[in-house]
Amino acid sequence: MTGTATSETAPDAMVAVRDVHKVFGRGHDAVHVLKGVDLDVARGSVTVVLGPSGSGKSTLLRCVNELEEITAGSIHVDGDLMGYRRDEKGVLHRLHPKVIAKQRSRIGMVFQRFHLFPHKTALENVMEAPVQVRGLSRAEARKRALELLERVGLSDRINHYPAQLSGGQQQRVAIARALAMDPELMLFDEPTSALDPELVGEVLAVMQDLARSGMTMIVVTHEIGFAREVADHVVFMDDGAIVEEGPPADVLDNPAEPRLRDFLAHVL
Amino acid sequence: MEDRPSGQLPEPLHARPVPRPGRWVSAVVVLVLVAMAVNALVTNPNFRWDTVWLYLRDVIVVRGVGWTLVLTFGSMALAIVLAVMLAVMRRSDNPVMRGVSWFWIWFFRGTPIYTQLVFWGLLSVLYPRLSLGVPFGPEFFTFTTQDVITAFWAALLGLALNESAYLAEIVRAGLSSVDPGQTEAAKALGMKDGKILRRIVLPQAMRVIVPPTGNETISMLKTTSLVLAVPFTLELTYATNAIGNRIFQPIPLLIVAALWYLLITSVLMVGQHYLERYYGRGFDGGRTGGGRGPRGGRGRKPRKQDLIGASGTTKDDPFLEVTP
Repeated sequence: MTGTATSETAPDAMVAVRDVHKVFGRGHDAVHVLKGVDLDVARGSVTVVLGPSGSGKSTLLRCVNELEEITAGSIHVDGDLMGYRRDEKGVLHRLHPKVIAKQRSRIGMVFQRFHLFPHKTALENVMEAPVQVRGLSRAEARKRALELLERVGLSDRINHYPAQLSGGQQQRVAIARALAMDPELMLFDEPTSALDPELVGEVLAVMQDLARSGMTMIVVTHEIGFAREVADHVVFMDDGAIVEEGPPADVLDNPAEPRLRDFLAHVL
Repeated sequence: MEDRPSGQLPEPLHARPVPRPGRWVSAVVVLVLVAMAVNALVTNPNFRWDTVWLYLRDVIVVRGVGWTLVLTFGSMALAIVLAVMLAVMRRSDNPVMRGVSWFWIWFFRGTPIYTQLVFWGLLSVLYPRLSLGVPFGPEFFTFTTQDVITAFWAALLGLALNESAYLAEIVRAGLSSVDPGQTEAAKALGMKDGKILRRIVLPQAMRVIVPPTGNETISMLKTTSLVLAVPFTLELTYATNAIGNRIFQPIPLLIVAALWYLLITSVLMVGQHYLERYYGRGFDGGRTGGGRGPRGGRGRKPRKQDLIGASGTTKDDPFLEVTP
């Protein structure tokens, strides 16, 4: 494990990942999932992360918003070191959970399995964080939540519980819930993998709309069409490392790496 | 409102049912046995139903019911607070917290409630004086134990501490039943641990916690009869026994106590039903939120899905076929 965290962030990068390693477990059971990942995500850009399962794409995403603690390296979001603070003498301190919670509140995350709060209606799901984390009044939060639910096309479903919604509707509520915190960065962890094929389109349309509005997004997905159409930058990961990256036209149509060619042949 | 069936519904099949003479025979046999039991209850003069009716409304008995209820709800309330703390400690990262919680549960589950009640009754013998102050340092206030821990408080504490150990395990099971994804989603929104527990995890855990807790409450109602070990002598069982012994008619008074316990249990069961319905909201498809329906939603699709689900021939886990 090498890598002291250096903060050589590109000035326009929203996310700067530097030599990030992640090891799960210890001793004989240790699994080295991320093996020195470097990634820059420009402000307002859409980065799509591709790769076979087990390649570490989800882990990378979860490290960006501190759901997993990184083993080595550094991650900066909007210039802030995630999860740690370096004092004047250069000593690294773990941040207090409250401060980490604050860092997370600026990053929206959408999960493969939605993870809506089942005991709350669609509207209550979207209102929860603004009221509880940012201290908005219920009336304000409700107004904003209604706007967001309209934006994802669910104005007629606000009083439904998640169990009463289709997978595509649930995922759109989950996107509205993440947007309610006015994030500067959105992370999507295989947002359409748990959906029936006919419901994938409605979720991708919402994401495309979001990308057009200038949101910075990192999307882990197997939807090559989405990557081709929406992504500014495509990253291919295999075995815990980024093996090829670039504009979608280059990466998807002219893959240099044989593993990527193989992957694309299987996915398309 | 509902999906209107398109076109004409088909005429259902008309078929003769399978003959089941065994059902008729067994039903008759059981009914005869029930009639015999009822007859034996009503006609036997030794039950003294007139005395039962008289003492059912006796002042001392009704006051006993009151004390029994106070002990039941008081100790359950205290036990629930303790149990949530113990369950959270049990899941803590701090080994001291985990250890103390484990020891508490081990000790209070591992000794008889009767022994514990006798012990609490004898506390004033062990520690005649209690004081508040700096640990191992100066004392600010001193009390005589007997003045503070009266028989009532000893009984309440004894019941609550014992119960907290059982409830802690129920709460722990409830907390573990909530999908870890819920905590992650809440974390990703920037919620802090305490809020995640109170607003996201506990409300969902309640669905698992409420049924066994209702069971424990009903059990506690009857466990209160053991507080004569303290001795606390105002609750229902002691009161009815005392009257029965005084008038040399123990059996009618036992029935008085039994009828009261049955009545309270029945009321508790109704309460539990509504609690379960409240905490089940969002989990049971259409019938949600204390019977309010899908909260203003007309919910065409879910109702149809409910009917399909009710047939019990499909799996309702949407991820069943997704995850390898």
